[in-house]
Amino acid sequence: MTHMESFRDPATARRLIDAILRQVTGSLRVIEFCGGHTHAIMRYGLRDALAPQVTLLSGPGCPVCVTASADIDQAIALSQRPEITLATFGDMIRVPGTKTSLQGARAEGSDIRVVYSALDALQLARELPAREIVMLGIGFETTAPTIAAAIAQARAESLKNWSVYSMHKLTTPAMRAILDAGEVAVDAVLGPGHVAAITGWEAWSFLATEYGVSCAVAGFEPTDILQALLACAQDKAAGQPRVTNSYGRGVSAEGNLVAQGLMAQVFTTADAAWRGLGIIPDSGLAIAPEYAAFDARARYALPGLAEGPLDAEAALGCRCGEVLRGVVEPAGCPLFGTACTPAHPVGPCMVSAEGSCAAHYRYQGVVA
Amino acid sequence: MCLAIPVRIEEITGQMARVALGGVSREVSLVLTPEAQAGDYVLIHTGYAISVIDEAEAQETLRLFAELEEASREVEAEEAAARNDRSREDATLS
Repeated sequence: MTHMESFRDPATARRLIDAILRQVTGSLRVIEFCGGHTHAIMRYGLRDALAPQVTLLSGPGCPVCVTASADIDQAIALSQRPEITLATFGDMIRVPGTKTSLQGARAEGSDIRVVYSALDALQLARELPAREIVMLGIGFETTAPTIAAAIAQARAESLKNWSVYSMHKLTTPAMRAILDAGEVAVDAVLGPGHVAAITGWEAWSFLATEYGVSCAVAGFEPTDILQALLACAQDKAAGQPRVTNSYGRGVSAEGNLVAQGLMAQVFTTADAAWRGLGIIPDSGLAIAPEYAAFDARARYALPGLAEGPLDAEAALGCRCGEVLRGVVEPAGCPLFGTACTPAHPVGPCMVSAEGSCAAHYRYQGVVA
Repeated sequence: MCLAIPVRIEEITGQMARVALGGVSREVSLVLTPEAQAGDYVLIHTGYAISVIDEAEAQETLRLFAELEEASREVEAEEAAARNDRSREDATLS
């Protein structure tokens, strides 16, 4: 049983909301790392239901939102090589680079295919032996092991025309960077459930031990999120920051050891450029030298960090960078809902369905 | 982007599993969850199972929700009793 309907039960949600509000005597400020949480929180009207005692801030959101303009430019440049077919997850296709997006490049003749899975990109390589297939490796710890598995599969099959341009990023270094910057004060972090399915919830213990901030790892149904927020509220009332696993059915303490092993085998940590957060040491995954044959950077002699601006849209007045750090709300951006809408997005937070701006735009005014 | 959906494994062939996803039968990879068995629910992300749903943990969460329901009833009963007490006091004072 998935118990999906039980985890969406409005009566349980109402009771959890009441229990949270009983616990919070002053205020509770929580930042959610994951765009999937932002989306669910807005969709089910949880922000309004918990306001004003509980403030929910949106964090870095999704891997698409934090991909630097310079990396998009690099991907576009790859797609413009006549021998290359670029394979990408659909989320990336509209994200702006400095001058255009992958969608724009495709309109001008680049061969860019949207794939649902790295398995589909492998299949492209088998079906098009005369083409060089380059997969855009994008995603946090949730997605990185799937790309690692595909790279291992490509090696097992001795595929000669398949490589990955890795832009994979790690969530905990970014969380540290946000808290280290001191721009945003929070009592707790809503831990990303599907990242933690891979890393294990213990990977988030540093928040309590090093930062004195609670963390509750949460699933994505409304009662999952509320159960996690209740744990955060209880911690604050007790004056005891802890790390809680509120997503027991999907997340264990140690995580997915097979996935972690595969990531350690195929990737090595590297500095990464984040839109909105800058260059964070050891926050990215580069392909290990043993797998260089499947590394688009090695194959096409590209720099480890793409050269160019990280957030080109900032010049247009877009405040995505601050939205990603939880410093301003989407409505605090002068372009939100006027010059920048889902139909005509300026920054990545409006492009991606899981971006904070897109979620706020879509569900604004929704009340539980 | 980190969207993962719980689905039931219908059948396993080697490292691939057949699942029903939104009414459509689809093949997904079990390379990251080799322990998964037919009949298990797994979280699917971009064509790969990333976690086997822990049924006992799901039941535990539902048990906590049931406790919360019980606790809420008690709180409501106490609040109702307090209101009755106050209204009796008000009645006495007036």
